[in-house]
Amino acid sequence: MLRIHNGLIYDPANAVNGEAGDVIIHDGVIVSGAGLSEKQKRDMETIDASGCAVLPGGVEIHSHIAGAKVNNGRILCPEEHRSHVSARTSLTRAGCGLCVPTTFRTGYLYSKLGYTTIFEAAVPPLEARHAHEELMDMPLLDKGCYTVMGNNHLVMQVLKDPDRAARKERLRELASWLLRASRGYAVKVVNPGGVEDWKWNAGAADLDTPTPPFGVTPRQIVTALAEAADELKLPHSMHLHCNHLGEPGNLETTLATMRALEGRRVHYTHLQFHSYDKTKKGGFRSGAARIAEYFNKHPEFTCDVGQIVFGPTLTMTSDAPMEFKLFQMRKGKWASGDIEMESGSGIVPISYAPKILVNAIQWSVGLELMLLINDPWRIFLTTDHPNAGPFTAYPEIIKLLMDADYRMSWLEKLHPRVRRATGLFEITREYTLEEIAIITRSGPARALGLAAKGHLGAGADADVAVYRLDQDRRAMFSRPVYVLKGGAVVVRDGEIVDTPNGRTLCVDPEGGRSLPQDLAETFDGFYTVKMANYMVEDEYLERPEVVPCG
Amino acid sequence: MTTHDNVVCTFCGCLCDDLEVDVEDNAIKAVRKACLIGKNKIMNALSHAPAIRVNGREASLGAAVEEAARILGEAKNPLVYGMSSTTSEAQREMVDIAEMIRANLDNPSSYCHGPGVLARQQAGLVTCTLGEAKNRADLVIYWGCNPVEAHMRHLTRYSLQPKGLYTPEGRKDRKVVAIDIRQTPTTKRADLFLQVTPGHTFEIASVLRALVNGLEPEFQDGREEVAGVPMESWRRVVEMIKACKYGVLFFGLGVTQCRNTDINVEQVSRLVQDANKHVRFSALAMRGHGNVNGCNQVMTWQTGFPLAVNFSRGFPRHNPGEYSVVPMLARQEVDAALIVATDPGAHLPADAVRFLKTIPVIHLDPHENLTTPWATVVIPVAPVGVAAAGTFYRMDNVPLRVKKMVESPHPSDEDVLKAIKEKIRHVAHT
Repeated sequence: MLRIHNGLIYDPANAVNGEAGDVIIHDGVIVSGAGLSEKQKRDMETIDASGCAVLPGGVEIHSHIAGAKVNNGRILCPEEHRSHVSARTSLTRAGCGLCVPTTFRTGYLYSKLGYTTIFEAAVPPLEARHAHEELMDMPLLDKGCYTVMGNNHLVMQVLKDPDRAARKERLRELASWLLRASRGYAVKVVNPGGVEDWKWNAGAADLDTPTPPFGVTPRQIVTALAEAADELKLPHSMHLHCNHLGEPGNLETTLATMRALEGRRVHYTHLQFHSYDKTKKGGFRSGAARIAEYFNKHPEFTCDVGQIVFGPTLTMTSDAPMEFKLFQMRKGKWASGDIEMESGSGIVPISYAPKILVNAIQWSVGLELMLLINDPWRIFLTTDHPNAGPFTAYPEIIKLLMDADYRMSWLEKLHPRVRRATGLFEITREYTLEEIAIITRSGPARALGLAAKGHLGAGADADVAVYRLDQDRRAMFSRPVYVLKGGAVVVRDGEIVDTPNGRTLCVDPEGGRSLPQDLAETFDGFYTVKMANYMVEDEYLERPEVVPCG
Repeated sequence: MTTHDNVVCTFCGCLCDDLEVDVEDNAIKAVRKACLIGKNKIMNALSHAPAIRVNGREASLGAAVEEAARILGEAKNPLVYGMSSTTSEAQREMVDIAEMIRANLDNPSSYCHGPGVLARQQAGLVTCTLGEAKNRADLVIYWGCNPVEAHMRHLTRYSLQPKGLYTPEGRKDRKVVAIDIRQTPTTKRADLFLQVTPGHTFEIASVLRALVNGLEPEFQDGREEVAGVPMESWRRVVEMIKACKYGVLFFGLGVTQCRNTDINVEQVSRLVQDANKHVRFSALAMRGHGNVNGCNQVMTWQTGFPLAVNFSRGFPRHNPGEYSVVPMLARQEVDAALIVATDPGAHLPADAVRFLKTIPVIHLDPHENLTTPWATVVIPVAPVGVAAAGTFYRMDNVPLRVKKMVESPHPSDEDVLKAIKEKIRHVAHT
């Protein structure tokens, strides 16, 4: 048994808010100390957490860290690797990179921030083995991945079915089959219909633009897949990247999408990129206030922010047409990959600068959303790594949220017109430590349906982060004193001391054991792999843990 | 007798996954659907295994592993090289070993499609999976490649004939252009063949880019031709590009190994990016060895770089030329080599091979080849895709699991590499 002693415990899921106490661990799980005598506690191996905050391990709900697209990003930018390197030690593997770190380094960097669970945000089933192979080389984290379905031909083939009841049941079966095939955790939708449209060289998809040649609209795709995810009782809702990412005025599409999905569980990812209003001349304005006002009234929805971090990074997404647009503006490097029958992907390097008005507005929009959405259980901290910036900036963002004076001090560094285009600098709210614990671990764990994560109650996985209290919240969250993964101390004083491998988190939804005849025929006719070779085998899962549906 | 369906062929970057293989009494009896090369490879997978040898004398596996670990552990500037015909699981072990012994790490792409990989670092590549070519491509360009002879089922499975979702008539729905320096069985299948003079890839790509972007090149000497082909033909190619819905350009070593290597591919890559302003257009490299793409993938996710990596400082450094296999051997810089799943005796320049013969070389391969006769330590391994399972990456990055259908008397690359690694670790600790 192991005891984390005398820390201030922040465990919002169990309504513990900064109370001094012990966290007791046995066999990788947190246990109740209720029946234990003081002597028994004293005799345990003890970590002294005096002067520290004790939090559940961080839970990353949306990050691009593994798979074909991420690896293409690594190939695309050797220049960024050279200035960020780590040498092999007796414990750790060598590596490099900041925005697209190598796999081992990704594990170490997340762990050194106190994160213990992570989800890769977009995996097309055809390339799922690749994502799982990389995740096996990512130590210290439990991990899972989301399966992209929003431009999948089989999905659209089903949605074309005029019989409503049949359509519903068939889609549920298909979603289940796709999760099984890819060993995914959740239904991911990226620019529904829009990626397929671009394969036909058509313009950006609106919510009601029919997708050629199926004639199915993004509205139909998102409502049907959200329904399927609900009916399968998946632990996580549909995870949605809306249409028109990054365009001024896109809040209208975002709001229309939300209205179409009212009453269903939905997670809106990197909402910052979808919350732009526009000026009369078509320029960018913050739409955060309108989005937040609507969002606050809809407890069925969750979101993550995708906060901008100033500096160079790479954008990488399954939203291939968006990357094509970005390339035409930037004219630098551009990688793209269309994936037969199901998806696409694109990568463009970018740099966000405070003196560029659009970037300053984007930066403000993210903070506005986090400050205006009043329920921290429904908005989570992400940078859509690496799209809006690297995850290593989380401590800086926490400081921006917790320290209003610090936030105000940024005004003079930003483009002077930013104040007219956003409402950020009128907001005085400061996050509490409890709220930070919610948006970085307890909230995402709950939204992901992970009952054993994101809290410190009896029965929780012993994933714990211990930070020395410091008024400079950036310093505090940059360097945990201890991080425990499954009960083992893996980080001490900001350094890796052990490198156990985590587990693969997956689901086992009802049905989906095989494809019906007509879909199997489509598969056999038009994929270039055999169905038997499409299904990801058990060998690609590391100590798999099935998170229950329902 | 057992028939294995949906078997993945490991020969070339096509990774055809529809093979049928009959097995009886642990022997391959028949292979169906494969091309001639693939069929031969599988039929003979278990034959001609070398004996385990150390310094030319037969040895036990344990002794060979021990000697390999000793050599690698003592080397000052070793080379870890090969990987292109084994699984990504084995490749992952090789990177780990290279890190441990602070080696140079490279794979055969550095002298094959490496320039294309470097071009992706400079410009990026707009590409697609082979199924997009099958389902959508109404224009196919073969440039500096000859799949009829090198990727034998490429045309029927992926690029020329298959009846796809939006190409229901197969070949009839496609316009086909071939650019090559000589007539080949592939160029004969094209609607338009442009026979170019060697060494002009960059000029061709530049002129095509200009035309795609609506610019007319000027010719000082009045001879309106590029690479020996009249401008009229290049204009026709650009008209075909602009008129298609979804074009796919397949490029081979004729493009990547043309003089000035990577800038050629970079310009081709820019051409493809430009074409996307008008139509949808993708390019795909015709990767050779079955899992040479896997080497690039594994090296990239573990080291950040697809080839030419050096670990002498403990962290990965990448510099093509400085840490590429052929120049390093030409400069005689390495003092030992671990070579797996490639045959340098057959593939590398004579001078490089001559130098390799002067240093300790550890070689893992399923067969006697042109390296096994002189390698210091020879360890036979189970042929992947026949007697060992694991992951291969197709030329378009689609990962497939290759199967184990028979038992080999020999361990897999992965197992031998793990044993060598443990031995090196053990020696380092004691």
